Amino acid sequence: MVADGLFDGALGVLLLTLATAVLHARQLYTSVVLLIAFGLLLALTWARLGAPDLALAEAAIGAGLTGALLLSALARCGEAPPGPSRAPPLRVLPATLLALLVGIVLLRALWPLAEGPVLLPALALGQLPAAGVDHPVTAVLLNYRAWDTLLELVVLMLALLGVRQLHSAKQVIPPPWPLLLAWTRMLAPLALLVGGYVLWRGAFAPGGAFQAGALLAAGAVILRLNHLLPPVRWDNGLVRLLVVLGLGVFLAVGVVGLVGPGLGFGPVGTAWLAYPPALAGPLILTIEAAATLSIATTLTLLVVGEPEELRA
Amino acid sequence: MSDWLHALSWPLLLGGAFFFVAGTVGLLRFPDVYARLHAVTKADTLGLGLVVLGLCLRADAWQPVLMMLLIWVLVMASGATACQLLARYAREDEQEAGADQPPGTRERRPPV
Repeated sequence: MVADGLFDGALGVLLLTLATAVLHARQLYTSVVLLIAFGLLLALTWARLGAPDLALAEAAIGAGLTGALLLSALARCGEAPPGPSRAPPLRVLPATLLALLVGIVLLRALWPLAEGPVLLPALALGQLPAAGVDHPVTAVLLNYRAWDTLLELVVLMLALLGVRQLHSAKQVIPPPWPLLLAWTRMLAPLALLVGGYVLWRGAFAPGGAFQAGALLAAGAVILRLNHLLPPVRWDNGLVRLLVVLGLGVFLAVGVVGLVGPGLGFGPVGTAWLAYPPALAGPLILTIEAAATLSIATTLTLLVVGEPEELRA
Repeated sequence: MSDWLHALSWPLLLGGAFFFVAGTVGLLRFPDVYARLHAVTKADTLGLGLVVLGLCLRADAWQPVLMMLLIWVLVMASGATACQLLARYAREDEQEAGADQPPGTRERRPPV
């Protein structure tokens, strides 16, 4: 008990220290490295809180891919010019007030969870036999609240489209070192294997499309950085197909469910994103597999995608 | 039998903890990049190896043992690769800054 308390206390103090250090580090590079460490400790914190799904997502996306994105942005833009290390007091005051307000709103939202009876887990577990998967978190994400996950995929695609508008600078990838090349040749197939396993595991244990997609993207990124993968371009039809595949499959399932009963496709769905219990399992696995490919391709494009030539 | 294994795991776990602490102290105290890398890779390889061996002696089944050994191999390989990359990067950086000076005599970097 004492050891657990000490560990959790140290974890909390470290998180706060790292967060402060990220904000006040002199160099952007130091901030990014500290942010990656912060993400890993946050993943550990989620694991300690009994939320392995969140821990996996935080480690793969929060620490891994966000870190890679920030580092590649830094490589394209360079260090910021040295400015005043402290914000002027006129800016500190509103920021503090805003942080206080947000803190109060969050506390008011969280307080009932600690006080009142917790209803949601029982509800989620009660409907599990009809959900098509055995893992409650996947059931929530892909069945009860499938609409939210669909919109998350839309957000990811909008982010990619937004970045495409910026006409980012050309990224120069240095020639690979032999040792890194050799290790990449072993690591990339492993990323593929683990990604597929995490996707498959999502049906009955922590795992799922976002974590699997992040792992696949990590494999693709290291392959690209070692010149083992040709440049990933938007004008490649396969790349575009993979980017919209997840959203397309998800929407198709929703639309068939919506209009299917009238057209004689009754068994495929009964309403917008409401799967019949008999087909829920295969439908969820299909959507997740397509979403994994889309997420992986989108993230790869975001990190190592080639900028396009402007056409006159 | 299991008591005996349990007792045997203690020195391994403590040895692993020692290498982790020593690696961290080295990372904080050593003067240049190469010495720091030397210190911190000992925690990755030997420290983690001893901890894994200690935990293997306490495992109930062979599957966790296999998984822990696999993790050790992966961490060791990625640690060795990362160490080479960092050392090479530091060396190229030094050669750009001033090729005449031997490594280690340049001004010290602030600890990250």
